[in-house]
Amino acid sequence: MVYRPLFLKLLSALILFGAWEIAGRIPVSYAFPTFLDSAAALWRMTIDGSLFVAYAETLKPLVTGVAISTVLGIGLGIWIGLSRVFDWLFSPIFVVMQSAPLAALIPLLVMAYGIGLTSKVFVVCIMAMPVIVLNTAGAVRHTPENIKAMCSSFMGTRIDMLFKIIIPAASPLIFSGLRLGISAGFIGAILSELKITPTGVGDIITFSRSIADYPSMYAAIFSIIVLAVLFLNLLERTEKHLFKGNDRGYVSD
Amino acid sequence: MSQIEAFKHAQPVPDDIAVSTRNICKTYGTVEALKDMTLEFPRGQLTSLLGPSGCGKTTLLKIIAGLLPPTSGEVTVNGKPVTGPGPDRAFVFQDFALLPWATVLRNVAFGLELRGVARSEREDIAARYIREVGLSGFEQAYPHELSGGMRQRVGLARALSVDAQVLLMDEPFSAVDEQTRRKFQEDLLALVQNENKTFIFVTHSIEEAVYVSDQIAILLPRPSRVSEIIRPTGFRQKSADSIRRDPEYLDIVDDIWASLRSYVE
Ligand SMILES: Nc1ncnc2c1ncn2[C@@H]1O[C@H](COP(=O)(O)OP(=O)(O)OP(=O)(O)O)[C@@H](O)[C@H]1O
Ligand SMILES: [Mg+2]
Repeated sequence: MVYRPLFLKLLSALILFGAWEIAGRIPVSYAFPTFLDSAAALWRMTIDGSLFVAYAETLKPLVTGVAISTVLGIGLGIWIGLSRVFDWLFSPIFVVMQSAPLAALIPLLVMAYGIGLTSKVFVVCIMAMPVIVLNTAGAVRHTPENIKAMCSSFMGTRIDMLFKIIIPAASPLIFSGLRLGISAGFIGAILSELKITPTGVGDIITFSRSIADYPSMYAAIFSIIVLAVLFLNLLERTEKHLFKGNDRGYVSD
Repeated sequence: MSQIEAFKHAQPVPDDIAVSTRNICKTYGTVEALKDMTLEFPRGQLTSLLGPSGCGKTTLLKIIAGLLPPTSGEVTVNGKPVTGPGPDRAFVFQDFALLPWATVLRNVAFGLELRGVARSEREDIAARYIREVGLSGFEQAYPHELSGGMRQRVGLARALSVDAQVLLMDEPFSAVDEQTRRKFQEDLLALVQNENKTFIFVTHSIEEAVYVSDQIAILLPRPSRVSEIIRPTGFRQKSADSIRRDPEYLDIVDDIWASLRSYVE
Protein backbone atom coordinates (compact mmCIF):
# COMPACT_ATOMS: atom_id res chain seq x y z
CA MET A 1 0.00 0.00 0.00
CA VAL A 2 2.89 2.36 0.73
CA TYR A 3 4.90 1.40 -2.35
CA ARG A 4 2.14 1.55 -4.90
CA PRO A 5 1.50 5.31 -4.83
CA LEU A 6 5.27 5.94 -4.83
CA PHE A 7 5.68 3.61 -7.78
CA LEU A 8 2.80 5.31 -9.59
CA LYS A 9 4.25 8.74 -8.87
CA LEU A 10 7.61 7.68 -10.30
CA LEU A 11 5.89 6.17 -13.32
CA SER A 12 3.92 9.32 -14.07
CA ALA A 13 7.08 11.41 -13.63
CA LEU A 14 8.88 9.11 -16.04
CA ILE A 15 6.13 9.42 -18.65
CA LEU A 16 6.10 13.21 -18.28
CA PHE A 17 9.88 13.52 -18.63
CA GLY A 18 9.92 11.09 -21.53
CA ALA A 19 7.30 13.12 -23.36
CA TRP A 20 9.28 16.29 -22.63
CA GLU A 21 12.46 14.73 -23.97
CA ILE A 22 10.74 13.58 -27.18
CA ALA A 23 9.04 16.94 -27.65
CA GLY A 24 12.40 18.66 -27.17
CA ARG A 25 14.08 16.42 -29.74
CA ILE A 26 11.51 16.79 -32.51
CA PRO A 27 11.79 19.83 -31.73
CA VAL A 28 8.35 21.31 -31.08
CA SER A 29 9.86 24.77 -31.12
CA TYR A 30 13.30 26.26 -31.36
CA ALA A 31 12.73 27.71 -27.87
CA PHE A 32 11.83 24.36 -26.30
CA PRO A 33 14.83 22.48 -24.91
CA THR A 34 14.99 18.76 -24.22
CA PHE A 35 14.53 17.38 -20.74
CA LEU A 36 18.15 16.28 -20.50
CA ASP A 37 19.47 19.71 -21.48
CA SER A 38 17.25 21.35 -18.89
CA ALA A 39 18.29 18.88 -16.21
CA ALA A 40 21.94 19.59 -17.02
CA ALA A 41 21.30 23.33 -16.71
CA LEU A 42 19.55 22.77 -13.39
CA TRP A 43 22.51 20.74 -12.18
CA ARG A 44 24.95 23.47 -13.27
CA MET A 45 22.98 26.18 -11.46
CA THR A 46 22.82 24.06 -8.32
CA ILE A 47 26.57 23.41 -8.34
CA ASP A 48 27.63 26.99 -8.89
CA GLY A 49 25.16 28.12 -6.24
CA SER A 50 23.31 30.61 -8.43
CA LEU A 51 20.05 28.71 -7.86
CA PHE A 52 20.33 29.15 -4.09
CA VAL A 53 21.12 32.83 -4.40
CA ALA A 54 18.05 33.20 -6.62
CA TYR A 55 15.79 31.34 -4.21
CA ALA A 56 16.99 33.37 -1.26
CA GLU A 57 15.55 36.34 -3.13
CA THR A 58 12.35 34.69 -4.44
CA LEU A 59 11.43 33.04 -1.15
CA LYS A 60 11.24 36.42 0.62
CA PRO A 61 8.00 37.63 -0.97
CA LEU A 62 6.75 34.07 -1.36
CA VAL A 63 7.11 33.01 2.26
CA THR A 64 5.96 36.34 3.64
CA GLY A 65 2.98 36.45 1.31
CA VAL A 66 1.95 32.86 1.92
CA ALA A 67 2.32 33.26 5.68
CA ILE A 68 0.21 36.41 5.71
CA SER A 69 -2.40 34.85 3.43
CA THR A 70 -2.62 31.73 5.59
CA VAL A 71 -3.00 33.46 8.93
CA LEU A 72 -5.06 36.40 7.78
CA GLY A 73 -7.00 34.34 5.24
CA ILE A 74 -8.08 31.67 7.71
CA GLY A 75 -8.82 34.27 10.38
CA LEU A 76 -10.93 36.41 8.07
CA GLY A 77 -12.57 33.34 6.59
CA ILE A 78 -13.69 32.13 10.00
CA TRP A 79 -15.00 35.56 10.86
CA ILE A 80 -16.88 35.88 7.59
CA GLY A 81 -18.30 32.40 8.05
CA LEU A 82 -19.54 33.18 11.55
CA SER A 83 -21.02 36.61 11.00
CA ARG A 84 -23.59 37.59 8.45
CA VAL A 85 -22.56 41.24 8.69
CA PHE A 86 -18.94 40.40 7.98
CA ASP A 87 -19.96 38.17 5.15
CA TRP A 88 -21.90 41.03 3.62
CA LEU A 89 -19.00 43.46 4.12
CA PHE A 90 -16.02 41.39 3.02
CA SER A 91 -17.04 38.49 0.80
CA PRO A 92 -17.48 40.70 -2.30
CA ILE A 93 -13.92 42.04 -1.94
CA PHE A 94 -12.47 38.56 -2.14
CA VAL A 95 -14.76 37.46 -4.93
CA VAL A 96 -13.60 40.48 -6.94
CA MET A 97 -9.99 39.86 -5.95
CA GLN A 98 -10.24 36.29 -7.13
CA SER A 99 -11.51 37.22 -10.55
CA ALA A 100 -9.55 40.46 -11.07
CA PRO A 101 -6.94 40.42 -13.83
CA LEU A 102 -3.78 40.63 -11.77
CA ALA A 103 -1.56 41.92 -14.56
CA ALA A 104 -3.77 44.99 -14.76
CA LEU A 105 -3.45 45.63 -11.04
CA ILE A 106 0.33 45.44 -10.90
CA PRO A 107 0.96 48.97 -12.23
CA LEU A 108 -1.39 50.31 -9.54
CA LEU A 109 0.47 48.39 -6.85
CA VAL A 110 3.80 49.69 -8.10
CA MET A 111 2.44 53.23 -8.06
CA ALA A 112 1.29 52.83 -4.49
CA TYR A 113 4.05 50.73 -2.97
CA GLY A 114 7.03 51.09 -5.27
CA ILE A 115 9.01 48.31 -6.85
CA GLY A 116 10.29 46.74 -3.65
CA LEU A 117 9.35 43.76 -1.58
CA THR A 118 6.01 45.24 -0.46
CA SER A 119 4.49 45.17 -3.93
CA LYS A 120 5.66 41.61 -4.50
CA VAL A 121 4.19 40.45 -1.21
CA PHE A 122 0.94 42.10 -2.26
CA VAL A 123 0.92 40.19 -5.52
CA VAL A 124 1.44 36.90 -3.69
CA CYS A 125 -1.36 37.76 -1.26
CA ILE A 126 -3.78 38.79 -3.99
CA MET A 127 -3.17 35.45 -5.66
CA ALA A 128 -3.26 33.30 -2.54
CA MET A 129 -5.73 34.87 -0.16
CA PRO A 130 -9.16 34.87 -1.88
CA VAL A 131 -9.48 31.12 -2.25
CA ILE A 132 -8.27 30.57 1.32
CA VAL A 133 -10.79 33.08 2.68
CA LEU A 134 -13.71 31.89 0.57
CA ASN A 135 -13.10 28.19 1.25
CA THR A 136 -12.73 28.76 4.98
CA ALA A 137 -15.84 30.92 5.15
CA GLY A 138 -17.90 28.39 3.21
CA ALA A 139 -16.75 25.53 5.41
CA VAL A 140 -17.45 27.42 8.61
CA ARG A 141 -20.90 28.38 7.39
CA HIS A 142 -21.72 24.74 6.66
CA THR A 143 -20.66 23.17 9.93
CA PRO A 144 -23.08 20.26 10.48
CA GLU A 145 -25.95 21.45 12.67
CA ASN A 146 -26.15 18.22 14.62
CA ILE A 147 -22.66 18.42 16.12
CA LYS A 148 -23.19 22.09 16.90
CA ALA A 149 -26.38 21.19 18.77
CA MET A 150 -24.47 18.39 20.50
CA CYS A 151 -21.82 20.85 21.67
CA SER A 152 -24.37 23.26 23.13
CA SER A 153 -26.43 20.51 24.71
CA PHE A 154 -23.36 19.38 26.65
CA MET A 155 -22.87 22.99 27.67
CA GLY A 156 -19.96 23.89 25.43
CA THR A 157 -19.05 27.58 25.47
CA ARG A 158 -18.68 29.69 22.34
CA ILE A 159 -14.92 29.15 22.51
CA ASP A 160 -15.41 25.36 22.71
CA MET A 161 -17.77 25.58 19.78
CA LEU A 162 -15.19 27.41 17.69
CA PHE A 163 -12.09 25.39 18.55
CA LYS A 164 -13.55 21.95 19.16
CA ILE A 165 -16.34 21.86 16.59
CA ILE A 166 -16.26 24.52 13.89
CA ILE A 167 -12.55 24.60 13.08
CA PRO A 168 -11.95 20.83 13.09
CA ALA A 169 -15.10 20.29 11.03
CA ALA A 170 -13.99 22.94 8.54
CA SER A 171 -10.41 21.71 8.37
CA PRO A 172 -10.68 19.54 5.23
CA LEU A 173 -12.01 22.48 3.22
CA ILE A 174 -9.61 24.92 4.88
CA PHE A 175 -6.74 22.69 3.84
CA SER A 176 -8.00 22.35 0.30
CA GLY A 177 -8.23 26.15 0.19
CA LEU A 178 -4.66 26.34 1.46
CA ARG A 179 -3.50 23.95 -1.23
CA LEU A 180 -5.08 26.02 -3.99
CA GLY A 181 -4.05 29.31 -2.38
CA ILE A 182 -0.44 28.35 -1.90
CA SER A 183 -0.10 27.07 -5.46
CA ALA A 184 -1.50 30.40 -6.61
CA GLY A 185 0.97 32.14 -4.30
CA PHE A 186 3.85 30.43 -6.11
CA ILE A 187 2.51 31.70 -9.40
CA GLY A 188 2.15 35.15 -7.85
CA ALA A 189 5.74 35.20 -6.63
CA ILE A 190 7.15 34.40 -10.08
CA LEU A 191 4.68 36.76 -11.77
CA SER A 192 5.78 39.61 -9.53
CA GLU A 193 9.41 38.96 -10.40
CA LEU A 194 8.61 38.97 -14.07
CA LYS A 195 6.33 42.01 -14.00
CA ILE A 196 7.74 44.27 -11.29
CA THR A 197 11.53 43.90 -11.06
CA PRO A 198 13.50 40.87 -12.19
CA THR A 199 15.00 39.33 -9.08
CA GLY A 200 15.62 35.75 -7.94
CA VAL A 201 14.13 32.99 -10.05
CA GLY A 202 12.27 35.55 -12.14
CA ASP A 203 15.63 37.09 -12.99
CA ILE A 204 17.04 33.74 -14.17
CA ILE A 205 13.99 33.26 -16.37
CA THR A 206 14.10 36.78 -17.83
CA PHE A 207 17.86 36.83 -18.27
CA SER A 208 18.27 33.40 -19.83
CA ARG A 209 15.42 34.09 -22.21
CA SER A 210 17.08 37.33 -23.30
CA ILE A 211 20.29 35.46 -24.17
CA ALA A 212 18.34 32.51 -25.65
CA ASP A 213 19.65 30.09 -22.98
CA TYR A 214 16.41 28.13 -23.02
CA PRO A 215 17.61 25.13 -20.97
CA SER A 216 18.36 27.44 -18.02
CA MET A 217 15.01 29.14 -18.40
CA TYR A 218 13.14 25.83 -18.29
CA ALA A 219 15.34 24.59 -15.46
CA ALA A 220 14.28 27.58 -13.36
CA ILE A 221 10.61 27.06 -14.17
CA PHE A 222 10.94 23.35 -13.43
CA SER A 223 12.61 23.99 -10.07
CA ILE A 224 9.78 26.21 -8.87
CA ILE A 225 7.23 23.56 -9.82
CA VAL A 226 9.19 20.94 -7.89
CA LEU A 227 9.34 23.22 -4.88
CA ALA A 228 5.59 23.82 -5.03
CA VAL A 229 4.85 20.10 -5.25
CA LEU A 230 7.13 19.33 -2.30
CA PHE A 231 5.47 22.03 -0.26
CA LEU A 232 1.98 20.78 -1.06
CA ASN A 233 2.98 17.26 -0.03
CA LEU A 234 4.24 18.60 3.27
CA LEU A 235 0.92 20.38 3.78
CA GLU A 236 -0.98 17.17 3.12
CA ARG A 237 1.11 15.32 5.71
CA THR A 238 0.42 18.02 8.26
CA GLU A 239 -3.30 17.73 7.63
CA LYS A 240 -3.28 13.94 7.94
CA HIS A 241 -1.34 14.19 11.15
CA LEU A 242 -3.59 16.83 12.71
CA PHE A 243 -6.99 15.43 11.81
CA LYS A 244 -6.72 11.72 11.55
CA GLY A 245 -10.35 10.62 11.41
CA ASN A 246 -11.38 13.40 9.07
CA ASP A 247 -10.19 11.84 5.84
CA ARG A 248 -13.19 9.53 5.85
CA GLY A 249 -15.79 12.26 5.80
CA TYR A 250 -18.75 12.46 8.09
CA VAL A 251 -20.43 9.68 9.96
CA SER A 252 -23.99 10.83 10.23
CA ASP A 253 -25.08 8.86 7.18
CA MET B 1 -55.45 -8.66 45.11
CA SER B 2 -58.58 -6.64 45.75
CA GLN B 3 -60.23 -4.49 43.13
CA ILE B 4 -59.04 -1.25 44.69
CA GLU B 5 -55.49 -2.43 45.02
CA ALA B 6 -55.46 -3.57 41.42
CA PHE B 7 -56.75 -0.21 40.32
CA LYS B 8 -54.14 1.64 42.32
CA HIS B 9 -51.50 -0.58 40.90
CA ALA B 10 -52.53 0.21 37.38
CA GLN B 11 -52.59 3.97 37.91
CA PRO B 12 -49.94 4.98 40.45
CA VAL B 13 -50.10 8.69 41.09
CA PRO B 14 -46.65 10.03 40.26
CA ASP B 15 -45.90 12.50 43.02
CA ASP B 16 -42.25 13.16 42.27
CA ILE B 17 -42.02 15.04 39.00
CA ALA B 18 -38.57 15.56 37.47
CA VAL B 19 -39.54 17.45 34.34
CA SER B 20 -42.72 19.22 33.45
CA THR B 21 -43.78 21.21 30.44
CA ARG B 22 -46.56 23.72 30.83
CA ASN B 23 -48.62 25.10 27.94
CA ILE B 24 -45.73 24.86 25.48
CA CYS B 25 -46.44 26.37 22.09
CA LYS B 26 -43.92 26.41 19.28
CA THR B 27 -44.38 27.91 15.85
CA TYR B 28 -41.80 27.84 13.09
CA GLY B 29 -42.76 30.79 10.92
CA THR B 30 -46.31 29.87 10.01
CA VAL B 31 -46.03 26.19 10.94
CA GLU B 32 -47.56 25.49 14.32
CA ALA B 33 -45.54 22.52 15.59
CA LEU B 34 -46.66 22.33 19.21
CA LYS B 35 -49.83 23.69 20.72
CA ASP B 36 -50.50 24.02 24.41
CA MET B 37 -48.42 20.99 25.34
CA THR B 38 -48.64 20.11 29.01
CA LEU B 39 -46.89 16.99 30.24
CA GLU B 40 -45.26 15.68 33.38
CA PHE B 41 -42.34 13.30 33.56
CA PRO B 42 -42.06 11.34 36.83
CA ARG B 43 -38.60 10.95 38.34
CA GLY B 44 -36.79 7.67 37.87
CA GLN B 45 -39.18 6.53 35.16
CA LEU B 46 -39.16 6.24 31.43
CA THR B 47 -41.71 8.27 29.51
CA SER B 48 -42.17 7.71 25.79
CA LEU B 49 -43.37 10.30 23.35
CA LEU B 50 -45.22 8.39 20.68
CA GLY B 51 -46.74 9.98 17.64
CA PRO B 52 -46.77 10.21 13.87
CA SER B 53 -43.87 11.67 11.93
CA GLY B 54 -43.70 15.45 11.95
CA CYS B 55 -45.89 15.88 15.02
CA GLY B 56 -43.20 17.72 16.94
CA LYS B 57 -41.51 15.09 19.11
CA THR B 58 -38.00 16.26 18.31
CA THR B 59 -39.11 19.84 18.78
CA LEU B 60 -40.45 19.09 22.26
CA LEU B 61 -37.29 17.23 23.21
CA LYS B 62 -35.10 20.10 22.03
CA ILE B 63 -37.17 22.56 23.99
CA ILE B 64 -36.73 20.45 27.12
CA ALA B 65 -33.00 20.25 26.38
CA GLY B 66 -32.85 24.03 26.15
CA LEU B 67 -31.65 23.89 22.55
CA LEU B 68 -34.75 25.67 21.24
CA PRO B 69 -36.77 28.39 22.95
CA PRO B 70 -40.53 27.74 23.07
CA THR B 71 -42.75 30.41 21.55
CA SER B 72 -44.67 30.42 24.80
CA GLY B 73 -45.01 28.23 27.86
CA GLU B 74 -42.52 26.95 30.36
CA VAL B 75 -40.38 23.90 31.01
CA THR B 76 -39.20 23.15 34.53
CA VAL B 77 -36.59 20.62 35.59
CA ASN B 78 -36.61 19.87 39.31
CA GLY B 79 -38.89 22.86 39.74
CA LYS B 80 -36.49 25.29 38.08
CA PRO B 81 -37.41 26.89 34.77
CA VAL B 82 -35.24 25.96 31.80
CA THR B 83 -33.46 28.81 30.04
CA GLY B 84 -30.81 26.82 28.18
CA PRO B 85 -28.84 23.58 28.23
CA GLY B 86 -27.90 22.43 31.71
CA PRO B 87 -25.80 19.82 33.50
CA ASP B 88 -28.98 18.06 34.65
CA ARG B 89 -29.92 16.94 31.11
CA ALA B 90 -28.09 14.89 28.48
CA PHE B 91 -29.19 14.34 24.89
CA VAL B 92 -28.89 11.19 22.78
CA PHE B 93 -29.15 12.28 19.16
CA GLN B 94 -31.10 10.47 16.49
CA ASP B 95 -28.20 10.90 14.05
CA PHE B 96 -25.52 10.17 16.69
CA ALA B 97 -23.75 13.58 16.34
CA LEU B 98 -20.28 12.10 16.83
CA LEU B 99 -17.08 13.94 16.01
CA PRO B 100 -15.58 12.17 12.98
CA TRP B 101 -12.06 13.34 13.82
CA ALA B 102 -12.12 11.99 17.38
CA THR B 103 -11.69 8.45 18.67
CA VAL B 104 -14.48 6.62 20.47
CA LEU B 105 -12.76 7.40 23.76
CA ARG B 106 -12.64 11.13 23.09
CA ASN B 107 -16.19 11.14 21.74
CA VAL B 108 -17.53 9.46 24.86
CA ALA B 109 -15.47 11.76 27.08
CA PHE B 110 -16.48 14.86 25.10
CA GLY B 111 -19.34 15.87 27.40
CA LEU B 112 -16.96 15.73 30.35
CA GLU B 113 -14.29 17.55 28.35
CA LEU B 114 -16.70 20.43 27.81
CA ARG B 115 -17.39 20.48 31.52
CA GLY B 116 -13.70 20.92 32.26
CA VAL B 117 -13.05 17.51 33.82
CA ALA B 118 -9.33 16.67 33.82
CA ARG B 119 -8.17 14.37 31.05
CA SER B 120 -7.17 11.29 33.03
CA GLU B 121 -10.33 11.43 35.10
CA ARG B 122 -12.68 11.85 32.17
CA GLU B 123 -10.98 9.07 30.23
CA ASP B 124 -11.39 6.72 33.19
CA ILE B 125 -15.07 7.50 33.37
CA ALA B 126 -15.46 7.21 29.60
CA ALA B 127 -13.67 3.86 29.54
CA ARG B 128 -16.08 2.56 32.15
CA TYR B 129 -19.15 3.54 30.11
CA ILE B 130 -17.60 2.22 26.91
CA ARG B 131 -17.37 -1.12 28.68
CA GLU B 132 -20.91 -0.77 29.96
CA VAL B 133 -22.36 -0.31 26.47
CA GLY B 134 -20.28 -3.24 25.20
CA LEU B 135 -17.68 -1.45 23.11
CA SER B 136 -14.52 -2.57 24.92
CA GLY B 137 -11.62 -2.78 22.54
CA PHE B 138 -12.90 0.02 20.32
CA GLU B 139 -11.64 2.92 22.43
CA GLN B 140 -9.15 4.01 19.79
CA ALA B 141 -11.41 3.40 16.77
CA TYR B 142 -12.82 6.30 14.76
CA PRO B 143 -16.57 6.62 14.18
CA HIS B 144 -16.32 5.72 10.49
CA GLU B 145 -14.90 2.36 11.52
CA LEU B 146 -18.04 1.48 13.51
CA SER B 147 -21.42 0.11 12.48
CA GLY B 148 -24.56 2.20 12.96
CA GLY B 149 -25.51 0.35 16.12
CA MET B 150 -22.04 0.81 17.57
CA ARG B 151 -22.12 4.54 16.83
CA GLN B 152 -25.44 4.76 18.59
CA ARG B 153 -23.88 3.15 21.65
CA VAL B 154 -21.10 5.71 21.57
CA GLY B 155 -23.75 8.44 21.69
CA LEU B 156 -25.46 6.65 24.56
CA ALA B 157 -22.20 6.22 26.49
CA ARG B 158 -21.45 9.92 26.02
CA ALA B 159 -24.82 10.87 27.47
CA LEU B 160 -24.46 8.43 30.37
CA SER B 161 -20.95 9.52 31.27
CA VAL B 162 -21.94 13.08 32.19
CA ASP B 163 -24.21 11.55 34.82
CA ALA B 164 -27.18 13.82 34.14
CA GLN B 165 -30.43 13.11 35.96
CA VAL B 166 -32.53 13.42 32.85
CA LEU B 167 -31.74 11.56 29.62
CA LEU B 168 -33.38 12.83 26.47
CA MET B 169 -33.34 10.19 23.76
CA ASP B 170 -34.48 11.04 20.24
CA GLU B 171 -35.37 7.82 18.42
CA PRO B 172 -32.15 6.27 19.64
CA PHE B 173 -32.84 2.86 18.14
CA SER B 174 -34.12 3.85 14.73
CA ALA B 175 -30.78 3.30 12.97
CA VAL B 176 -30.26 -0.30 14.03
CA ASP B 177 -31.58 -3.62 12.81
CA GLU B 178 -34.44 -5.45 14.53
CA GLN B 179 -32.24 -7.88 16.51
CA THR B 180 -29.98 -5.15 17.83
CA ARG B 181 -33.01 -3.06 18.55
CA ARG B 182 -34.49 -5.77 20.78
CA LYS B 183 -31.18 -6.12 22.56
CA PHE B 184 -31.01 -2.36 23.09
CA GLN B 185 -34.56 -2.32 24.44
CA GLU B 186 -33.68 -4.97 27.00
CA ASP B 187 -30.53 -3.06 27.95
CA LEU B 188 -32.60 0.08 28.31
CA LEU B 189 -34.96 -1.64 30.75
CA ALA B 190 -31.98 -2.66 32.86
CA LEU B 191 -30.61 0.86 32.65
CA VAL B 192 -33.85 2.40 33.89
CA GLN B 193 -33.85 -0.04 36.81
CA ASN B 194 -30.23 0.49 37.79
CA GLU B 195 -29.60 4.13 37.10
CA ASN B 196 -32.39 5.97 38.90
CA LYS B 197 -32.57 8.48 36.09
CA THR B 198 -35.48 10.07 34.31
CA PHE B 199 -35.71 9.01 30.68
CA ILE B 200 -37.62 10.83 27.99
CA PHE B 201 -37.73 8.62 24.97
CA VAL B 202 -39.01 9.43 21.50
CA THR B 203 -40.14 6.61 19.27
CA HIS B 204 -42.27 5.80 16.25
CA SER B 205 -42.83 2.24 17.29
CA ILE B 206 -45.89 1.33 19.36
CA GLU B 207 -44.39 -2.00 20.46
CA GLU B 208 -41.16 -0.35 21.53
CA ALA B 209 -42.99 2.32 23.50
CA VAL B 210 -45.12 -0.22 25.34
CA TYR B 211 -42.17 -2.50 25.97
CA VAL B 212 -39.84 0.04 27.57
CA SER B 213 -42.10 2.71 29.08
CA ASP B 214 -43.48 3.40 32.52
CA GLN B 215 -45.63 6.05 30.88
CA ILE B 216 -46.56 6.68 27.26
CA ALA B 217 -47.70 10.06 25.98
CA ILE B 218 -49.55 9.72 22.71
CA LEU B 219 -49.29 12.82 20.59
CA LEU B 220 -51.65 13.81 17.79
CA PRO B 221 -50.57 15.29 14.45
CA ARG B 222 -49.77 18.96 14.08
CA PRO B 223 -50.38 21.18 15.93
CA SER B 224 -49.43 18.59 18.45
CA ARG B 225 -51.43 17.92 21.58
CA VAL B 226 -51.39 15.07 24.05
CA SER B 227 -54.25 12.75 23.24
CA GLU B 228 -53.75 10.19 25.94
CA ILE B 229 -51.38 9.08 28.68
CA ILE B 230 -51.01 5.38 29.30
CA ARG B 231 -49.16 3.77 32.21
CA PRO B 232 -48.52 0.11 31.52
CA THR B 233 -47.56 -1.22 34.93
CA GLY B 234 -48.86 -4.78 35.16
CA PHE B 235 -45.89 -6.40 33.44
CA ARG B 236 -43.05 -4.13 34.57
CA GLN B 237 -41.81 -6.66 37.12
CA LYS B 238 -41.71 -9.51 34.65
CA SER B 239 -38.52 -10.72 33.04
CA ALA B 240 -37.45 -9.00 29.86
CA ASP B 241 -38.41 -11.77 27.47
CA SER B 242 -41.80 -12.65 28.91
CA ILE B 243 -43.12 -9.09 28.52
CA ARG B 244 -43.71 -9.52 24.81
CA ARG B 245 -46.08 -12.40 25.53
CA ASP B 246 -47.91 -10.67 28.38
CA PRO B 247 -51.65 -10.18 27.64
CA GLU B 248 -51.63 -6.64 29.06
CA TYR B 249 -48.72 -5.75 26.80
CA LEU B 250 -50.59 -7.05 23.76
CA ASP B 251 -53.81 -5.29 24.79
CA ILE B 252 -52.10 -1.93 25.20
CA VAL B 253 -50.39 -2.25 21.82
CA ASP B 254 -53.78 -2.96 20.25
CA ASP B 255 -55.47 -0.07 22.05
CA ILE B 256 -52.85 2.44 20.96
CA TRP B 257 -53.04 1.24 17.39
CA ALA B 258 -56.82 1.53 17.49
CA SER B 259 -56.64 5.11 18.68
CA LEU B 260 -53.91 6.14 16.24
CA ARG B 261 -55.16 4.42 13.10
CA SER B 262 -57.86 7.00 12.48
CA TYR B 263 -55.11 9.61 12.00
CA VAL B 264 -53.15 7.46 9.62
CA GLU B 265 -56.10 6.75 7.36
N1 LIG C 1 -36.11 24.27 11.87
C1 LIG C 1 -37.36 24.18 11.45
N2 LIG C 1 -37.89 25.14 10.66
C2 LIG C 1 -39.17 25.07 10.23
N3 LIG C 1 -40.01 24.08 10.54
C3 LIG C 1 -39.55 23.08 11.31
C4 LIG C 1 -38.20 23.07 11.80
N4 LIG C 1 -38.04 21.96 12.53
C5 LIG C 1 -39.21 21.29 12.51
N5 LIG C 1 -40.13 21.97 11.78
C6 LIG C 1 -41.53 21.56 11.56
O1 LIG C 1 -42.08 21.24 12.79
C7 LIG C 1 -42.82 20.04 12.72
C8 LIG C 1 -42.36 19.10 13.82
O2 LIG C 1 -41.03 18.68 13.55
P1 LIG C 1 -40.28 17.63 14.45
O3 LIG C 1 -38.92 17.47 13.89
O4 LIG C 1 -40.36 18.05 15.86
O5 LIG C 1 -41.15 16.32 14.20
P2 LIG C 1 -40.97 14.86 14.78
O6 LIG C 1 -42.20 14.54 15.53
O7 LIG C 1 -39.66 14.74 15.49
O8 LIG C 1 -40.95 14.01 13.45
P3 LIG C 1 -40.17 12.66 13.16
O9 LIG C 1 -40.89 11.60 13.91
O10 LIG C 1 -40.34 12.49 11.68
O11 LIG C 1 -38.75 12.86 13.58
C9 LIG C 1 -42.62 19.48 11.34
O12 LIG C 1 -43.83 19.57 10.66
C10 LIG C 1 -41.60 20.34 10.69
O13 LIG C 1 -42.04 20.70 9.40
MG1 LIG D 1 -37.76 13.67 15.10
